[in-house]
Amino acid sequence: MKEVRVHARAGQGAITTAGVLGSAIFKSGRYSYAFPYFGAARMGAPMNAFLRYDEKQIRLRCQVYEPDYVLIVDKTLTYGYDCFAGLKSDGVVVIDDDKENLSNYKLPQSSQKLFAVPASRIAQEVIGRPLGNTVILGAFAAATGDVELEHLLEAVAERFSAKGVVAEKNQEAVKKGFDYIKQNY
Amino acid sequence: MKKFVEGSHAIAEVIAKCRPGVISAYPITPQTHIVEGLAKLIADGELEAEFINVESEHSAASVVLGGSAAGVRTYTATSSQGLLLMAEVIFNIAGMRLPVVLTCANRAVSAPINIWNDHQDSMTVRDSGWIHFYAENIQEAIDLHIIAYKVAEDKRISLPVLVGIDGYVLTHAFEVVDMPEQELIDKFLPKFEPIVHLDPDNPVSMGLLGAPDVYIETRYAIEKTMQDALSVIEDVSEEYSNLVGRKTGGLVEGYRIEDAEKIIVAIGSIVGSIKDVVDELREKGEKVGVLKIVTYRPFPKEAVYEALKNAKYVAVAEKAVSLGADSPIFSEIAALMYKKGARPLINSFTIGLGGRDISPAQIKQIFADMDKDEPNTRYIGLNEKLLEA
Repeated sequence: MKEVRVHARAGQGAITTAGVLGSAIFKSGRYSYAFPYFGAARMGAPMNAFLRYDEKQIRLRCQVYEPDYVLIVDKTLTYGYDCFAGLKSDGVVVIDDDKENLSNYKLPQSSQKLFAVPASRIAQEVIGRPLGNTVILGAFAAATGDVELEHLLEAVAERFSAKGVVAEKNQEAVKKGFDYIKQNY
Repeated sequence: MKKFVEGSHAIAEVIAKCRPGVISAYPITPQTHIVEGLAKLIADGELEAEFINVESEHSAASVVLGGSAAGVRTYTATSSQGLLLMAEVIFNIAGMRLPVVLTCANRAVSAPINIWNDHQDSMTVRDSGWIHFYAENIQEAIDLHIIAYKVAEDKRISLPVLVGIDGYVLTHAFEVVDMPEQELIDKFLPKFEPIVHLDPDNPVSMGLLGAPDVYIETRYAIEKTMQDALSVIEDVSEEYSNLVGRKTGGLVEGYRIEDAEKIIVAIGSIVGSIKDVVDELREKGEKVGVLKIVTYRPFPKEAVYEALKNAKYVAVAEKAVSLGADSPIFSEIAALMYKKGARPLINSFTIGLGGRDISPAQIKQIFADMDKDEPNTRYIGLNEKLLEA
């Protein structure tokens, strides 16, 4: 079983992120369970979304305390919050930031990896809004190899199917995030 | 068809497939996505039903009472304070023997304000004459709603059903489910045919005065029906299980309890986590199991007794309390065992109130502590610092 923890602020699409990733995992024939935890239950308040996936059905319902993967949608959450808490020794972090700023982040263990991808900036260029979730998902696929790009693109198309061109733009965002990691790391 | 879907949207889809004629609800988190989903299906012309917007949950319950009395299949959903505001009408619906189906997205009760999951809301109406089902996962939530309509509308029963699904843990979670096709539900669930209904051509009065010379009989009649409902719920669940090709619904589900010395009894989504812990402890040779109560009203005494009678230790882990007394399910199980003779050591544990996360470590703590007798319920995971003031 793999466990993912998403750090975001309410309104930044963390549930969508976990849900789209869970959907992509489902398309590969695996089981997944995605769920949110709202802190102050207000827009802008720090919140988490979680994802578990496995070859068999997920029964465990608690939050994720020892993630294999951490996705940080808003880098300001690393100030004052321990976003890396419990990260497994071979854990991987994907954060919305420029690669030049990698040295700003100190992972607890040298065996852990952090990938910075300027997700909001790419999203602003591609989608026209600074919502970097789908860029981060593309980066996650490239960084971990745990989900197929093709399944992510299908999941994004389904999630935004009612919004026409938004689906295509988000697919483009996924690809840009994927390519950024492949080209820069 | 297998799909990856949010709990609330799955319930909206399955309710639409049950073809209710009247839906009324007032939005309250974490229930809102369900009725939003239904309102959208109606607005998009995919569901032929009347969605009646109201100003409060009291009115929502009154509308489905009226709709059901007029002989129409009805649906509502609520949570927490919303269910409490409905409470007066909840008793009326049961007393009038109306087969309304209600989803309670289980959530804590104020004060303090808390939008997160526990079972205190629906426990407050456990004595109202409604049948209560509780779902472990989104799949079971889907199945239980279909079963609910068939049981509720069975002419031998004619009682309302509340389906409890854990707020956020299931309502806002995405999971892989097998969504039954429309044809299957149509085949399973016939058109609602009320025993009596409001009809201008054949006027009747419903829910009128029950003076001391008749009132107690109305309560006895519901109690008698509750007992009859046990076998109807089993039969309907079996019929549905056969149709979908997997076992679902029913009264209780025992997991690895056959030779278990220690059994935790629980309802709802926490059972999934307990099953994982049971597997882990079994690997180490510990004889442990979990008993899930699916049907809480009528309380399935025989099934619970059979499941627990050979255990040495029983722990009842509840997300609800009865302040000043023992917790609801613990009290019922202790009374049941006393009456029927088996004497496992039974202890009560309060867990996960107001959405406090329930970790496998906490469940292991219950398995470890359940052989130590305590007169009062033990609260798991208390922060002692907060209690000092």
